[in-house]
Amino acid sequence: MQLIKNGSFIEDQFVTVGDDEALPEGAAIVSLERWQAERETLRARNAPVGVRLKSGQEPSVIAQDLDKLAVVALEFPAYRNGRAYSYARLLRERYGFKGEVRAVGNVLRDQFQFMIRCGFDALEVADNITPEIFAECAGFFTAFYQPAADGKPTVLSLRQRLAARAQAAG
Amino acid sequence: MYRYDEFDQQIVNERVAQFRGQVARRLSGELTEDEFKPLRLMNGVYLQLHAYMLRIAIPYGTLSSRQLRMLAHLGRKYDRGYGHFTTRQNLQFNWPALKDMPDLLAELATVEMHAIQTSGNCIRNVTSDQYAGAAKNEIEDPRIVSEIIRQWSTFHPEFSFLPRKFKIAVSGTPDDRAAIRVHDIGIQIVQDAKGNIGYEVYVGGGLGRTPMIGKKLTDFVPKEDLLAYLEAVMRVYNMYGRRDNMYKSRIKILVHEIGAEEMKRQVDAEFAELKKAGTLHLPLEEVARIEAYFRPPAFEDLPNESTELNKAVLADPDFANWVKSNIAEHKVPGYAIVNISLKPIGGVPGDCTSDQMDAVADIAEKYSFDELRVTHEQNLTLAHVRKKDLHAVYEALKKHDLATANINLITDQIACPGLDYCALANARSIPIAQRISERFADIARQHEIGELKINNSGCINACGHHHVGHIGILGVDKKGVEYYQVTLGGAADEKTAIGEIVGPAFTEGEIVDAIEKIVNTYLGIRTEGERFIDTYRRVGIEPFKENLYAAH
Amino acid sequence: MAQHTRKGAQFQAVTANRLADGIVVYLTADAQWSESLQDAAVAEGKEAAEALLAKATPAVEDNLVVEPYLFEVVREDSGIRAASVRETIRQAGPTVRLDLGKQAELSGVHS
Repeated sequence: MQLIKNGSFIEDQFVTVGDDEALPEGAAIVSLERWQAERETLRARNAPVGVRLKSGQEPSVIAQDLDKLAVVALEFPAYRNGRAYSYARLLRERYGFKGEVRAVGNVLRDQFQFMIRCGFDALEVADNITPEIFAECAGFFTAFYQPAADGKPTVLSLRQRLAARAQAAG
Repeated sequence: MYRYDEFDQQIVNERVAQFRGQVARRLSGELTEDEFKPLRLMNGVYLQLHAYMLRIAIPYGTLSSRQLRMLAHLGRKYDRGYGHFTTRQNLQFNWPALKDMPDLLAELATVEMHAIQTSGNCIRNVTSDQYAGAAKNEIEDPRIVSEIIRQWSTFHPEFSFLPRKFKIAVSGTPDDRAAIRVHDIGIQIVQDAKGNIGYEVYVGGGLGRTPMIGKKLTDFVPKEDLLAYLEAVMRVYNMYGRRDNMYKSRIKILVHEIGAEEMKRQVDAEFAELKKAGTLHLPLEEVARIEAYFRPPAFEDLPNESTELNKAVLADPDFANWVKSNIAEHKVPGYAIVNISLKPIGGVPGDCTSDQMDAVADIAEKYSFDELRVTHEQNLTLAHVRKKDLHAVYEALKKHDLATANINLITDQIACPGLDYCALANARSIPIAQRISERFADIARQHEIGELKINNSGCINACGHHHVGHIGILGVDKKGVEYYQVTLGGAADEKTAIGEIVGPAFTEGEIVDAIEKIVNTYLGIRTEGERFIDTYRRVGIEPFKENLYAAH
Repeated sequence: MAQHTRKGAQFQAVTANRLADGIVVYLTADAQWSESLQDAAVAEGKEAAEALLAKATPAVEDNLVVEPYLFEVVREDSGIRAASVRETIRQAGPTVRLDLGKQAELSGVHS
């Protein structure tokens, strides 16, 4: 597995810990169940902490704690299961989460751009993904009809810009 | 009709390039079939019984002559010289090679067409009324909002991996020719007391294994809020739709399980948030920009009566019959709506050869402002023809076996490809439609019977819309033998109804006689002016059941 | 992998679609793929059938064919016949277009 953060391949600073494992000294990602069970301790940590949500565990359940979370990891149990696209958008657009939103699980190259548009800034990808592959897939489309979490200008806004320019010129 | 600007074209071109790369990686083995399948499905490529099948999108069923000529050309170049128009206003080619698809799609893109999202668990082609822009009681041309929805739903990053497929239909008149109440989202254009245009939204309709009629979630969404409302529905579905069982994954199941009230509550809550955020607010200038493409063509100022037409009707009884069944009333005096039947007696419903496509393209260009429509009943429509040109149009159509005078009559059937083509089918549907067509070929008899919609499906997926046929025929497999189950009383219009099963299934040898018995039962008990569906609604299923299953 | 064969079928063959063009093909005794059912290898009994299906795997891995599966056949003097309506149509072509498909291109196609 490799981690791509904001388009760069980086070492994962975070250790994803099982519910029964001891917490490491440094950055750790825990399950929602563990977060809920050990919330006070985890909130008080000095080291960065993150929560991993499974499909069916909505961001609303940790909305109160986003101020303390460095990472929210959203699982794609199968690439067909697209719930996490909605979760990512809610984290960014509804709850204003500024930390890392990480895609984990069955993350395939043909979904990279959709994920980025929905607000994922970190993707846990297969070992065979190279920087070239990532660049190609993350940039397949350069025009977007609908607004999403990435704040990229939509076709509509580009049309409005063109129309305004035409009006100004004419 | 809508014309791509640079952005629309860019998006389609980028998709063609992306798919070209994906096909190359599949052919080289870099992608396994399991990895490739969702990608090819999102590009409308199925693996069927004999070969691949490509489903090309025809947004809200509207085509220009240029586009139809391209389809004719592609059919000759990459397929076997014909295509099949579907119950979602799309076109299917049955024999294209995977290795040719990138080139085929590249050619298609040059005429502003594509096969994007015609399959897969995403938002599919938005379908609408074939009489758009021509119907007398139209509130607003439904293709305007259909185009707006098309753009919003194309490569929507949040909704490309839904629990299941998602189908949207729009109606712009009180008569529903788009079957909106059996779609995942059905939109009815309405006007409030002040004359503002808004939308009634129905959610959770559908056919297939568990047919259901959509529930109205809202009476009025203003135009500028429609996308925010739709996004709210989609988000609720994406998050809460079932993903554990493929047969329980449509939004209709979610609505059924949580109830319409709860669905409305959740959608309203999400809608309120999205409205507050304002990012999906639809600016009036953009609506106006799209509206401009659907402005009425330059109609001439004509008298409503046409002496040429009246003369021709008197002179030619076949033409008179064609006018009687295939012509619908136009809102502009002196004009008419022409329905082209793709149901020749004994023919394959909905099939159209490349030669026929070229002929229709020529006729549309000459007589109907260069535009035609595909109907969800697998026919074609020329929306704006001068009454004085009707005879010339008829003669031109006749040359290519396109003048069958049977619109809405018993031989105007819907049939899915069925076991002759489809890998999902349990039984053949086309031959049943053909035998029924031949049995009732006599035109006088067809008119005596009047309006009667028979819909044939080859399996429970119901692509032939049998649930909403006045008579529905569902092909089933009983111990390796094809049998046919009959339903009665379905309807796809604004009085949407799911047909009732009449009794045990019939064999291939029995089904046509069974249909004839049903027809004769109707003829025996109908009152003056009653169509089949009216009689059925009055008397119920019993008289039909009795006659069908009376001891032999 | 799709199974279109009756439990307890005595004779079975293997079919698939060619990856590049989607055309229906049948696995032959020397592990080739023919467009004609008449060239298909026929396996008798459950074990032989499973072994035959396994012989299709290399072609899948080599990206020649997709979705191979077993289906029931019957051996007759006239040749190999598919037992089901579905596979009969698949080895012939659409019954409503006798001018298309294998029925128009090959000999030995049965109805």
